[in-house]
Amino acid sequence: MATRNTPHPTLAKRFVADRDRAHWHDESLWFIREKRDLQAHGLPEWEELRARAAQIKKHSVSNLAEYLLQFEKRATALGVTVHWANDAEEHNQIVLGILRSHGVKRVVKSKSMLTEECHLNPFLEHHGLEVVDTDLGERIVQLRNESPSHIVIPAIHIRKEEVGALFSEKLGTETGATDPKYLTEAARQHLRQKFLQADAGITGVNFAIAETGGIVVCTNEGNADLGVSLPKLHIACMGLEKIIPRVADLGVFLRLLARSATGQPITTYSSHFHGPMYDGEMHVVLLDNGRVEVAQDDDFREALNCIRCGACMNTCPVYRRSGGHSYSATVPGPIGSVLNPLKSPLEHTSLPFACSLCGSCSDVCPVQIPIHHQLYQLRSELKRQGNIKTAKSLQMWFVGMLFRRPRLYRLGGWAARWSLRCFGKLAAFRWLTIWGRQRDLPFPPRVTFRKWHNKNRPTDGGRHV
Amino acid sequence: MKIGLFVPCYIDQFYPEVAVATLEILESLDFVEKVFYPKEQTCCGQPMANSGCNADLPNLANRFVNQFKHADYIVCPSGSCVAMVRMQYRNYLETSALPMLRATLELSEFLVDIANYECGDTKFPYRVGLHQSCHGLRELGLGQSSERNGIAFNKPRSLLQQLRGIELVELQRSDECCGFGGTFAVDEEAVSCMMGEDRIADHQQAQAEIITAVDMSCLMHLDGIISRKSLQLPVMHIAEILAGRVPKSLVPDQGACDGN
Repeated sequence: MATRNTPHPTLAKRFVADRDRAHWHDESLWFIREKRDLQAHGLPEWEELRARAAQIKKHSVSNLAEYLLQFEKRATALGVTVHWANDAEEHNQIVLGILRSHGVKRVVKSKSMLTEECHLNPFLEHHGLEVVDTDLGERIVQLRNESPSHIVIPAIHIRKEEVGALFSEKLGTETGATDPKYLTEAARQHLRQKFLQADAGITGVNFAIAETGGIVVCTNEGNADLGVSLPKLHIACMGLEKIIPRVADLGVFLRLLARSATGQPITTYSSHFHGPMYDGEMHVVLLDNGRVEVAQDDDFREALNCIRCGACMNTCPVYRRSGGHSYSATVPGPIGSVLNPLKSPLEHTSLPFACSLCGSCSDVCPVQIPIHHQLYQLRSELKRQGNIKTAKSLQMWFVGMLFRRPRLYRLGGWAARWSLRCFGKLAAFRWLTIWGRQRDLPFPPRVTFRKWHNKNRPTDGGRHV
Repeated sequence: MKIGLFVPCYIDQFYPEVAVATLEILESLDFVEKVFYPKEQTCCGQPMANSGCNADLPNLANRFVNQFKHADYIVCPSGSCVAMVRMQYRNYLETSALPMLRATLELSEFLVDIANYECGDTKFPYRVGLHQSCHGLRELGLGQSSERNGIAFNKPRSLLQQLRGIELVELQRSDECCGFGGTFAVDEEAVSCMMGEDRIADHQQAQAEIITAVDMSCLMHLDGIISRKSLQLPVMHIAEILAGRVPKSLVPDQGACDGN
């Protein structure tokens, strides 16, 4: 039986309480949003690219089975073994099976949100394997025994001083060192050993091309390439929705992905894999884990357009101030607030409400997912499923009743204005309203507009028209 | 032309002066024969809809149609309430009502697109920070959002720019949300207030003397923080500025407990 996670407002409040840190976090991400703006505004065809990408995704998701089977056929012809997994458990068993059949002890892994979704690391470690994340940010959170707080910048919530202290403890760097170059070099040397010792490399997949059976992995650190070039065994884990029909479609996404993610024209490495290396093996594990169900849902299908660029997180005023961990989910932020409640509504009830419906995410999204409209829609879905708190439902039933009856509305309005005028300055009243804890309540006038209008425009009431 | 005046519930109750200013502006237009105000208006239903509680919406949507059926245009001094009517009501109404929903316009949108409004000699010699209310900006398209790549335009800004003596300040984050968000302001109080504080700080660093917006709800939230912190930064709805009002002091009138 699923249980509710700690609600977003509770965790967000904790994050916001450290105001300096919350500001620093907000500004770090806003800096990336600004870099993204420079790139996006530098391409006159930007909006056209977004529209094209959305169309390609829509087409691919609508013909998912056909393209996946075509991909399997072509990939198999290239010497790749393709596996199908229904859920996270099956995915992890498949990966473990491949690793065991090769007697693998040590694995290096490049960044893959899908393996985070499946909690692959703890699963493999539980079965006695060493798994090392080779993306710098992911290695930092791994050494801290944490989960990533952002899908592109996993350690965005950690300051360089904290990285220095962590590396000093785990990697033996000088105490008190905070120079990013020095720390990165230390991580590089540490990871180099891990690469050399590894028996297998695991990567994610950014794009799988049905036409060729090839996959594309985008990184800035080249860690995916190294991780699958030294060991003979490459396992690539991908969600079903990563499929695109043709090589010609790839350019559209590569132009959008890095610009949206980090404000770079393109990632440093866009690595194409078309089959195993000489004398090696390559496996692709295709994971459903609820995706097919979303693909069949008219209201939420477009959520599968997501290319995991993280732009919605960087732009979200709530995410920037509450931190990724406040979402208690592998994919946090706006798109995570859609994907997680779709899969397990009870656990993630608070996420669709962790949003002011400002719409910035939908405008920034390179594949035109109407994220904030989906969040809005999800709220009524949760209500329909009975997952909205009774207190809130009662409150809304009550105001709804007032708004259906103009006389009751006027009486309620009078009572609200009266109590605000009399008690609005009282600490207890302010505290009870929640609004008044950090904000003054409005001090309403004696006369409503309706009353003013009765007196000043006596003949212009609606009934006389 | 007959205009129906659509007044949001919280403006009716808390900020009647905004509705009065709106009415005056509409009445001043040559081509407008009549501005009528249906007295049985309550609320568009946004608080419930944003909370996922849609049960009352068919009723509210049908009441809206009945109240305004004689209007050529329905004008409202709130982007958010107009967005609710224009984007959401269609789910609860017959298709015959759709033209009416399309004829429901936010004030600055009506003034720019339909009225070709000119401010004439109206003066407003202040440094003004224009807050971009999200639903007006991104749902109604009153302007080009900073995320998108296209020709820059902004309807409220183009109106304000006509005022004599006005100086519109440049913000560091031109269209970040203030953090009101309806029930969000209470459900996510901590984040909401931090967002509000950050917006205010941006207007302060730009040396704005007044903050304005097309939505009084954003301003109510910002004003609540401004007032609690005893800052000197009055807020005014765009209708009040266009109607030639002068900035109010931040000190509220200390009346007694006699409402109604």
